[in-house]
Amino acid sequence: MPTVLLLGAGSDMAVAIARRFAAAQYNVQLAGRQAAALQPLQQDLQIRYGIAATVHHFDATAYDTHAAFYATLPVQPDITVCAFGYLGDQEQAQHDWQEASRILHSNFTGAVSILNVVANAYEVKKAGVIVGISSVAGERGRQSNYIYGSAKAGFTAYLSGLRNRLFRSGVHVMSVQPGFVNTRMTQHLTLPPLLTAQPEQVANAVFKAVQRKKNVLFVKWPWKYIMLIIKLIPEAIFKKLKL
Amino acid sequence: MQKRLANWGNYPAITSEESAYTQEEQLRSFVAANHGFIARGNGRCYGDASLGKHSLSMLKYDKILSFDTAAGVLETQAGVTLDQILDIIVPKGWFLPVTPGTKFITVGGAVASDVHGKNHHMEGAFSGHITEMDVIIGDGTMVTCSPDQHTDLYWATCGGMGLTGVITRVKFGLKKIETAYIKQKQIKARNLEEVIRLFDEYKHYTYSMAWIDCLQKGDSFGRSILIVGEHATKAELNDKQGQAPLLLPSKPRLTVPFNLPSFILNTFTVKAFNWLYYGKNFKKEINNVVPYEPFFYPLDAILHWNRGYGKAGFIQYQFVLSLDQKEGLIAILRRISEKGWGSFLAVLKVFGQQDSLISFPMEGYTLALDFPVRKGLFAFLDELDEIVLQYGGRLYLSKDARMKQEVFWKSYPNAERFAEIVKTYNPGKRFESLQSERLLLTK
Repeated sequence: MPTVLLLGAGSDMAVAIARRFAAAQYNVQLAGRQAAALQPLQQDLQIRYGIAATVHHFDATAYDTHAAFYATLPVQPDITVCAFGYLGDQEQAQHDWQEASRILHSNFTGAVSILNVVANAYEVKKAGVIVGISSVAGERGRQSNYIYGSAKAGFTAYLSGLRNRLFRSGVHVMSVQPGFVNTRMTQHLTLPPLLTAQPEQVANAVFKAVQRKKNVLFVKWPWKYIMLIIKLIPEAIFKKLKL
Repeated sequence: MQKRLANWGNYPAITSEESAYTQEEQLRSFVAANHGFIARGNGRCYGDASLGKHSLSMLKYDKILSFDTAAGVLETQAGVTLDQILDIIVPKGWFLPVTPGTKFITVGGAVASDVHGKNHHMEGAFSGHITEMDVIIGDGTMVTCSPDQHTDLYWATCGGMGLTGVITRVKFGLKKIETAYIKQKQIKARNLEEVIRLFDEYKHYTYSMAWIDCLQKGDSFGRSILIVGEHATKAELNDKQGQAPLLLPSKPRLTVPFNLPSFILNTFTVKAFNWLYYGKNFKKEINNVVPYEPFFYPLDAILHWNRGYGKAGFIQYQFVLSLDQKEGLIAILRRISEKGWGSFLAVLKVFGQQDSLISFPMEGYTLALDFPVRKGLFAFLDELDEIVLQYGGRLYLSKDARMKQEVFWKSYPNAERFAEIVKTYNPGKRFESLQSERLLLTK
């Protein structure tokens, strides 16, 4: 049975992804900062799908633990899904370096640190799939969330470079741009229904796209064109917009 | 998030601020920090019991925590729905101890409504099968309760409509089955007298209920089809069914994609439907072996069937009268058939004894039927309430969206005791729904 590793397994999206892969008889490794909080999910996956699920402590910003974390996993995963992230508060982050730094490290530095380890291992064995959950916010910086957006922009660029590097080794790297997703992270926001995906839709799309070796996945197709248009707006006009 | 919410009857519909959490710790701090909200499952109660200006959706709190396949004990978080549970337990040879007529309800909802099924006269309501459960009470602490510990909390939570706290974890016993099939018997009854006699004759069957045609008068008054059943044994299956006795063939689902205009349901169409339904059983008695789904959940096969009643929604009216109050049942049925407002087939069932604090079931006849919301309906239902009160009966809170507070307080003998316990665990109306405000269930 193949194994999938979920980094940041506590998020709503990660729960849905874990269930989708478990339903296809993948064993699942759940990694997160609060390992004890992942135990109900571990039980749930084993009982529902009859697969083996394990729980592992993982802190995205404890960089020097990452190599050891990966080396001590009971099985080297065939697929690694990097699903952690932190939306944070843009206004607070503009004044408070603690918040800004937390956003940057959770979304970018931490991801680079752990995926470097995973990528090197996959390159050696010439197999593996890396899935990075990035964000449409990283496509162009906007005043309403450019600190989160810039971290995700960095992550998107990292994934694209990694894809380029690992192509020749037969390792596939997929970037996911979920758009709006109905999760705890966004439950205080009112989201447009047509552009908002349920975590289960994201999970299903990710699962299928992994099978098809898609490079960049937009979960709700309009996002692809919305972001294309947003990227095409000349900077002279863009800077005057209230986005 | 601001959300438009309604329960299955689509009446009332309100805008609610909804929150949802996946971790117990988050739920506890939410409870401690908020008030005037109500926990909510899959919205399959019919009325306003789980509606509030502020609601706590439990649908994401949906992990299965343990399943003892040898002893048949399941432990789940409150947001798991019965359809998910069936998918897991049936292939392992277990079934729900009690199930209502839809499998799209959560475990938390099953407890809060203390749901009953076709086996109530034999096996009681859901509360009779719970080993223990966790409830987050008003101060944000989590209390484990059971028939042996914190019994006041336990009995006020079973059927307590979420007013004692947020149900988070439930452990309950399952029922051993050999197959996923039901050996069913359908018997046509020409009128109410006959169906009541048949209920008595077939009372040793585990499952029983009757579809009743409320619009008939004269000799056919109360004509029905009694349906009784038992879990089928392997020996009772045909060759095809026997190949995989615990698996059901998958079937496509139908759906009602939008609200139908309400004029579609009128006395004529309802009469025609009932005539066809009654007439489709050509023989007096039919015996066959059917998958459990159409037996327990005939309407679940049509997703969003509630839209058939139109945008204004409908009220499902369910009452119970004790066995010696058959005249009350006749009086109510007569009022309905005279009015000509009856819905599609209504459900008649005989409950067995149940000793609980605030749950709906008591030994007697229970009738459930739908009425599309229209002018004059509430005044008519108030008249029916009077008859129910007169004959010592009561209404099911999970279906209720409109009864007057005095009807509740007069008809539930333990109402005062219940309200006292609620006050202990829910001071200052921390947990509050439209229904609890309407019926003054919280003080």
